[in-house]
Amino acid sequence: MSRPDNFQERRKHLADLTETELEERFWQLAEEIVEPLVELAEKNTSPSIERSILLRMGFSSIESKAIVEGVIERGLIGKGAGHIVYRLAKEKDMEIREAGLKLAEGEMWDDVMSIFKGGAN
Amino acid sequence: MDLKSNEKLDIEYILKDLDKYRPRRRGWTWRSGTGQNRQIGQFEYYDTAEPLKQSQPLPASKGFGFIDPQPENVITTEIASGRFEDDIRRMRMAAWHGADHIMVIRTAGQSHFDGLIEGTPQGVGGIPVTRKQVRAQRKALDIIEDEVGRPLNYHSYVSGVAGPEIAVMFAEEGVNGAHQDPQYNVLYRNINMVRSFVDAASAKKVMDWAKIAQIDGAHNANATAREAWKVMPELMVQHAINSMFSVKVGMKKENICLSTVPPTAPPAPCMRLDLPYAVALRELFRHYKMRAQMNTKYMESSTREATVTHTLNLLISKLTRAEIQSTITPDEGRNVPWHIYNIEAIDTAKQALSGMDGLTEMVEIKREEGELADKVRELKERAVLFMEEIIEVGGYFKAVEEGFFVDSGEYPERNGDGIARKINGGVGAGTVYEREEDYMAPVTAVFGYNNVAQYDETAVDNPSKLIGGCTFEDPDKIIFIDELDENDNVYTRLEESKEFRKSSKVKPEMEWAGDGIIQVTLFLPVEERVAEFAAIEIGKKMGLEDVEVIHREIMQEAEGTRIEFKGKVPFTIDTDKLVIPPKPEIMSDDEIRAEIEKHPMKIVAGTVGEDEHSVGLREIIDIKHGGIEKYGIECHYLGTSVPVEKIVDAAIELNADAVLASTIISHDDIHYKNMKRIHELAIEKGIRDKIILASGGTQVSNKFAVEAGMDVGFGRGSNGAQVATFLVKKRKEMRDEN
Repeated sequence: MSRPDNFQERRKHLADLTETELEERFWQLAEEIVEPLVELAEKNTSPSIERSILLRMGFSSIESKAIVEGVIERGLIGKGAGHIVYRLAKEKDMEIREAGLKLAEGEMWDDVMSIFKGGAN
Repeated sequence: MDLKSNEKLDIEYILKDLDKYRPRRRGWTWRSGTGQNRQIGQFEYYDTAEPLKQSQPLPASKGFGFIDPQPENVITTEIASGRFEDDIRRMRMAAWHGADHIMVIRTAGQSHFDGLIEGTPQGVGGIPVTRKQVRAQRKALDIIEDEVGRPLNYHSYVSGVAGPEIAVMFAEEGVNGAHQDPQYNVLYRNINMVRSFVDAASAKKVMDWAKIAQIDGAHNANATAREAWKVMPELMVQHAINSMFSVKVGMKKENICLSTVPPTAPPAPCMRLDLPYAVALRELFRHYKMRAQMNTKYMESSTREATVTHTLNLLISKLTRAEIQSTITPDEGRNVPWHIYNIEAIDTAKQALSGMDGLTEMVEIKREEGELADKVRELKERAVLFMEEIIEVGGYFKAVEEGFFVDSGEYPERNGDGIARKINGGVGAGTVYEREEDYMAPVTAVFGYNNVAQYDETAVDNPSKLIGGCTFEDPDKIIFIDELDENDNVYTRLEESKEFRKSSKVKPEMEWAGDGIIQVTLFLPVEERVAEFAAIEIGKKMGLEDVEVIHREIMQEAEGTRIEFKGKVPFTIDTDKLVIPPKPEIMSDDEIRAEIEKHPMKIVAGTVGEDEHSVGLREIIDIKHGGIEKYGIECHYLGTSVPVEKIVDAAIELNADAVLASTIISHDDIHYKNMKRIHELAIEKGIRDKIILASGGTQVSNKFAVEAGMDVGFGRGSNGAQVATFLVKKRKEMRDEN
């Protein structure tokens, strides 16, 4: 879209604002713009976020990548990749690291599926 | 490891036991000792920080007792040659010159790499930022910060499609600062906008936990827009979006830094355009920190021009504020920065900021009325209007789809050339997943919905309790990967450069050990294009390889061109085989005085030829400059433009022990011609074997002076003690001979 500089026209409603009021308006608008973005981030996750959680649980980048791929493939990412590892370890009485390594190697996914009832909540 | 100032950093030591290394601290460090006046040398400074334990002062500090005042501002240098092991040495040089924010640029393409890179592969225009490289560099910086006596902030990028993972790795490895701005991903890296913002919140949460200072990416609009000075309203909007988003995620304002650049450069009247913008920005963002970057948009290949622009940028920093003063190397318009230009840029900042110390005690901005006041108001209003329209069209994503950003019009003017992205397009599109009701992540610093309570109500505020602590609490849980590629790694590169690190062989170096690169500056009395090709031939005939012209500047179309070219020398020098003359020996003041007392000495001195320079010789003679008079030597100063005959005749008349001839003008070798003439006259008049002939001047070399018949030549940087030592020793030698 092209548009000439109609600043004088557009600014009319701002002209009477004090400097403080103008700055307050600036920050109110900023807040209004980012609020839906923050909410979006609160409710969603991504492969990178899930890998970052597995890193913190003590897996390497390579192991994290394999686990997250397995989680996505099976439609379980909405539960959290870290959650899957945690729950498998808990149910099977394994160490967190041991359970994660099994998943990274493509094993024990059937157990995961039965624990999480085939991905359905 | 205690590093001695005359010892090289040992890269093998740094790489050893890296798997066991733990960072000594987390979080950003500002300079200490600011906000107080400080006596340094003969001066009282108003705006300095704690001095360094060891440092490399500016060249002109010689005239001020080698003082090295450190400005209040953290000074940034950006280093990334593609080889982190060579960058480490540059970091040390940078720290000695006064940088305490070491920013590492990532290799091209890393922002599209979906995951962490491991090992130490070589990069292009930066390094692949991996755990091993980060760890090695942080370990090296620990050693260097102990050496200079000031904490060094280490910094890289938390952007691209692997932002959250990189943030976690940085938090684990003690990285102190990072770029993080989802808008950068969206606009310049074409990474899907939904993914970018979702990832950014998680990354920021982790950065907040590790107290990593955040720098945003707004300045890129400046470097990308066709007419950079017109995007000022938008820049403020971009800063606001990232800042407010960060605050909402939980980041503290004091750790949020705005990356801001004065948008224009001379010959535009840049101060008049850039200053109101700087003021408006700092007023709107008064609770945030400023990271002042230098202008890159209008950089060409002239390092001189860049330095002047950057100095004007520093004036803006001084007149407003910049908690972090970033530097751009003056060669960035030519190539990936070289060692020497990182140092030049740091020195430009240190020099200008030291020189402007206390300036705001005397000079202030006319804020209340006039052109600046009007412009500040106008910029703020334009930014507000921009945000009003974002909301009007349906929010940020819609605005991006409609090409609101990086449009070359000064908002609300629009030229329709902005960067538009689709909400379902870009790298990583369709990779965002909704968290289900039982979504759970049992680790520290998780942003967003996290149903920990389903397992343990008491772990809600401390989710990693579920797993007995995560890597943030227990770093022993971190899995360290050493190398993945058996060929592309630091060890093969170190093997290749071994000759230049472990033997007496040396090669010139601009970025990598043994790269052999040199730069040649010359003038050719021909037009630009002819000059360029002639220069390449000259480089080849000099025996250089890969000759490339890196700068051309017309002096006058017909009369000639200034050229700078680079090339690689194909040979090495063995420093063990060099014949290096010993440093001039200096006797103690007492020894010289005793000798003069025993055998009084008389000299005649003057600047010979048609030469009106007097400062250098006065420094050698005058008692108040520590000259030879202080030893009791009787000096007869004849002044400037003294004919050579006159100086010789005066020596005969006074029965002087020595003649001190100063020769500054060196055009057409006139200085050596005059020396030769003095020598010949002394022979003609029969005094040559009884008198010492000494010459001095900025362009005098001892070797050529002796060839011209002198007993000695003193070049730039000589002093009275050296001259007196020579005179005393030489006379003793002559006495012994007779």
